[in-house]
Formats: sequence, C-alpha cells, structure tokens
Amino acid sequence: MKQIAVDPELSVSVLRTMWKIRRFEEAVEDLYGRGLMHGTMHLSIGQEAVPTAACLALNIDDYITSTHRGHGHCIAKGADMERMMAELLAKETGYCRGRGGSMHIADTATGNLGANGIVAGGIPIAAGAALSAKMRGTKQVAVSFHGDGAMGEGAWHEGVVLAAMWQLPVVFLCENNMYGMSMPADTAFNLDQLSDRAKGYGIPGVTVDGNDIQAVYEATQEAVDRARNGGGPTFIEAKTYRWRGHSKSDKNLYRTREEIEEWRLRDPIPKFEDIVRAAGTLTDDDLEAIRTNVRTELRTAVQRANAAPDATADDLLSAVYAR
Amino acid sequence: MTLTQSTLAAVETTVMTYAEAIREALALAMAADPAVFLMGEDVGTYGGAFGVTGELMHQVGADRIRDTTISELGIVGLGVGAAMTGMRPIVEIQFSDFTAQAMDQIANQAAKIHFMLGGAVNVPMVIRAPGGSGTGAAAQHSQSLEAWFVHVPGLKVVMPATADDAKGLLLAAIDDPNPVMFLEHKLLYKTTGDVSVGSARIPLGVAAVRREGTDLTIIATGIEVSRSMEAAEELAKIGISAMVVDPRTLKPLDTDTILRTVKATGRVLLVQEAVRTLGFMSEISAIIAESDAFTHLRAPIKRLAGLDIPIPYAPKLERAAVPQVEDIVQAATDLVREW
Repeated sequence: MKQIAVDPELSVSVLRTMWKIRRFEEAVEDLYGRGLMHGTMHLSIGQEAVPTAACLALNIDDYITSTHRGHGHCIAKGADMERMMAELLAKETGYCRGRGGSMHIADTATGNLGANGIVAGGIPIAAGAALSAKMRGTKQVAVSFHGDGAMGEGAWHEGVVLAAMWQLPVVFLCENNMYGMSMPADTAFNLDQLSDRAKGYGIPGVTVDGNDIQAVYEATQEAVDRARNGGGPTFIEAKTYRWRGHSKSDKNLYRTREEIEEWRLRDPIPKFEDIVRAAGTLTDDDLEAIRTNVRTELRTAVQRANAAPDATADDLLSAVYAR
Repeated sequence: MTLTQSTLAAVETTVMTYAEAIREALALAMAADPAVFLMGEDVGTYGGAFGVTGELMHQVGADRIRDTTISELGIVGLGVGAAMTGMRPIVEIQFSDFTAQAMDQIANQAAKIHFMLGGAVNVPMVIRAPGGSGTGAAAQHSQSLEAWFVHVPGLKVVMPATADDAKGLLLAAIDDPNPVMFLEHKLLYKTTGDVSVGSARIPLGVAAVRREGTDLTIIATGIEVSRSMEAAEELAKIGISAMVVDPRTLKPLDTDTILRTVKATGRVLLVQEAVRTLGFMSEISAIIAESDAFTHLRAPIKRLAGLDIPIPYAPKLERAAVPQVEDIVQAATDLVREW
C-alpha cells in the first residue's frame, strides 16, 4: 500500500486535485453570487479528500458514477476544468454543450459516466458498468460515489443486491457528509455506522475518516483490488462534512453555526499540507507553488470558458436521439 | 417506404408463434454480436413467465441469458450502465405494469442520458415488456402503458402486432443506438404467422398497411390490429371496405403513411386497447386534425379505446373494458352509414 504523504509526486498530485476542486467550487459560488451563472449547483467544499484519495486507487479506464454534488469526482477522475466551467456557464464548448449543467457532467475519456440528478440513480448504473467490464473480461472496476441520502432510496438496495449476487467489480463509496439535504444521517439510519448495512447484503463494509487522505486511499485500494481480482463489491463509508448548504436555497436551519465551524477546523487540505510538511516531503515553498499554479490554471479556465460561444439551440431537436 | 405484399412474397417464410419469433430474433442477435445479452426475472431455467426465452439459456449460456432478482429498477439500471460501456443489453420486464417500479431508470436515466450529457454517451438497450388485458390477471398485470413511454423524449416505442414484425422489429431495436421500449402483447404470444427466414430487419418508423380499403381507414395498435383485421372481414360482408393500418412503432411514427391512408378514404377510426384519455390515438387524432388530411375528412375522427378504468378481473367485465371485434364493426359501420 502506498504511503502517500512520503511520496513527493503523489503528495503534489493529491494537493493539486484538492485545491482544484476547492478553487473551482469557490469560483462557481462567486460567479453565481454575482449573477454571472445560471441555475443551481451543489458544492462539495470540505469533502475534497474523498474523491481525491479514492481516484488514486483507480486507472484512467476504470468507471465512476457521480452525484448532483459531482464537481469533485469529475476533477479527481481527470476532467478538464475549462470544459466543466464552460458547461456551468452555458457554453457550446461545455461537456454537455449546455444541455446538462452542473448536475450532468460526464467525461467518458476519463471513465466518468456522469453526475446524476437522481440521488441513487448512479448506483445500479455503476453496477451495470461493472457487469459490462466483467462480461467483456477487461478487469475494469466501477466506483459509485454517492451520499448518505442515497441509502434511503430503492435504487441503492436493488443495485447492491444485483452486484452482490453476481459478485461484480464495483465499489459503493458513500460520502457521508452528515446530511441528506436537511435530514441528519444519524436520525435517518438506525445504525452506529452506515457500513453496518453491508453485512446485510453479504459484502464487506468499512467506515473511514473521509477527511483523511491515507485512510480513504487505503480503503478504496483494498476494495478496488478485491473487485479487480474477482472478489466482488465492497461498501465504504467515508465520513466527511458539507460546509456549504445543500444548494443555493439552503438557510442552514437544521444545523448550528458551531457545528459548521467545528468541521472547518478539520479542513482536509491544510490537514494534509501539515502532514507532508511534517514528513519533510514538501516544503512551504512547494505548497505555495501548488496553490499558485492551481489559482492560475483556474483563472485561465474561467477566462477561456467565459470567452467561448454560448450554447446554441440550432440542433436541439436532433440531439435527443443518437444516430 | 412501405412494405407491400409483393416484396414480402419474395422473402422465404416459415410459420411460427409470436413468442418463437422473438426468441429467434434474440438468438440471431446474440449469435451475431457478443455484446448482446438478456437479463430479467425467470428468463433462464424457467424460460420466461410467458415462455419467450424458453430453452435459449441452454443454447447461449447463463452469462447471456441472466436470471435476476426481483428488482425491476435495478435490472433496468444495470442495463443502462452496461449499455453506456459497450454492451447491448436487452432487459425483460415480466409484465409491463412493473415498469412503474423501474420508471426512474427508464425515464430519468436511459431516456435522457444521451441528450443531458451532450451526446457524449449512447444507451443502446431494449426493454421488452408484455402488456395488455385478456388473461384474467386484473389491474396490476394487464395495462397498456405505451402512452407513458411515448411521452418521454429519448425513448423509442415499438408495438409489434404480428410474429413477423416481432422478429424484424426486435432485430432493428437491438441495432438501434437508443433505448427502445419493445411492448409485446400477452395474447399474441401463442398466435402464429408467416415469419421471414434470416436476419432481415424491419426499420423502426415504418407503418404497415395490413389491408387495403376504400370506405374508411382503421388505424390500430397491438392486439387491436388483429381485431381490426377480423372486423374488416365482417365489414366486407356488409359491403363496407375498410383499410387497416398498423403504425408498428409509435416513436418514431410514420406520419406520412397515416395521413396518406386517411386522405384516401376520408374516414378514420382509431383503435387502441389503452385507456382513452390522452392515449396514443389522441395524438394521432391531433396529427390528422392539424394536417391537410383534415380537409379530406368526410366524417369526424372517431376514437375507440379502453374505458378509463383499471382492468377488472371477471371475464365479462374484462372483455367490456377494451375494444372487441364487434365494437370495431359497430363503430366502423356507424361512421360509414352516418357520414
């Protein structure tokens, strides 16, 4: 198992990805706040460690399915921030040519089968991609990122039942960010930890600190290795926290300011920076260079996306069916 | 493009049932493409609730005819994921009524993914589901739900009414790069017909003129096609010449053939088994009313449909709930005699 914080290359990669997600979402929030962005979006600020660490265990051709809160998964799997930003800015150059927006970005080149506006919609789809990989004999693995809220929907149950029956190469990775919109996960589920549920489906389950890069990476790597070697599905609960509201309409009536502040102190990014600094893997200058580089890349992405042509309605009808 | 009797006559045919024709299409598609497989409840050892898959699992293996748990939403969802990643899944939903269990994956996922993701991904899958009444299975096992699916852009909707169509249209549906709802009829499974030998496809979006006629045009779908053909025989005995048109695919719809055949007779009777209100024939009625065929009409457009009720159990009640041959004969006679 790789020790990420002592490997300079991996440490840089992890920090770059986490900063990209953080800065991308901060830019989205800012653009929206200034009335320059349309629609709605769901921000994952505070949860960056989960997709970043999980995707370290994946190959480029492994599949993921994502959620309405999907910017982090998209970036961690390797998507281009400019095309993502162009999509959110309703541009023709966006990933979905302006047809999907924040909730429907896919990037097949990096194995991302798409974000999903239906909370547990991606769970059976990930299992289906895993079935496909198994039938084609490719050794690919699928990871279904989902939230705690998805575990209340029937699609979660049916997807996991079929994956367990056929021992499909899939990892069900629950980002437990403590709330399904306003419903607290510890009220919703009568379980000490969500991974207790795995036993009922006859698959291994584990709970880890979702703000701990090494812990998420190790749990995912073990699950991915098992899946790739024919050992079937695994459930992982990664406990983390959503700093922002569910979406733009959220007034945070269901939680306290103190609780949010407490979790901000457990910010996964400075936490990992402290670890690599203490380990002597990266210096303060290295850390600053990563932040500067990401800031520059993001600024370029926003500028270029903004300059792109708006999505056009010219072939709207012909885009419904594939030919 | 219209298939005429003369072109059909040139094709070698063999007699088989509608269910056998579907099974043959499945076998041919699986033999031709390793990406094609079928999954559903009791499709393997059991051979399908209506015997459609029969012995096929023993020929192609349990990997390609996959028995699933009773998880309609999950089965369709796995089909979507497999279709997005290089496979060509066929999903059997045991009764079309159970698509209600699977509707998120059908309507929000399969249908929308291609559009929503900006064309980046296709979902080439077929969802086979038997519908219709007449088996005494009552309200949760007898519906005709085609209008639900036609109302969701991104789905194609096919309703084969003969054994030959079942085979040729299923082969075309499997080839199609989009999700196709393939709505079979339970009462047709055991009916026989001449079926083309080989792997000829019947393209989606091409209606069939089942019978030529001059006094009125009957447009019918599913089980009402054969009932309309029977009614046309009865009508001929009393001097009424009925043309019978089967759209075969509701999405895409062969509007040209519909309008041409309506113009030719000037009277139109629209027959469906599904409940009347906002049924597919309401759409055909609107298409006719909005077109230049309207000026050719000698009589108001007439719809004959199922009552706006759940399908009842008792045989007499069940029969009364949907159009029968005598209802078609009566409606056609009234249309011709009164106008």
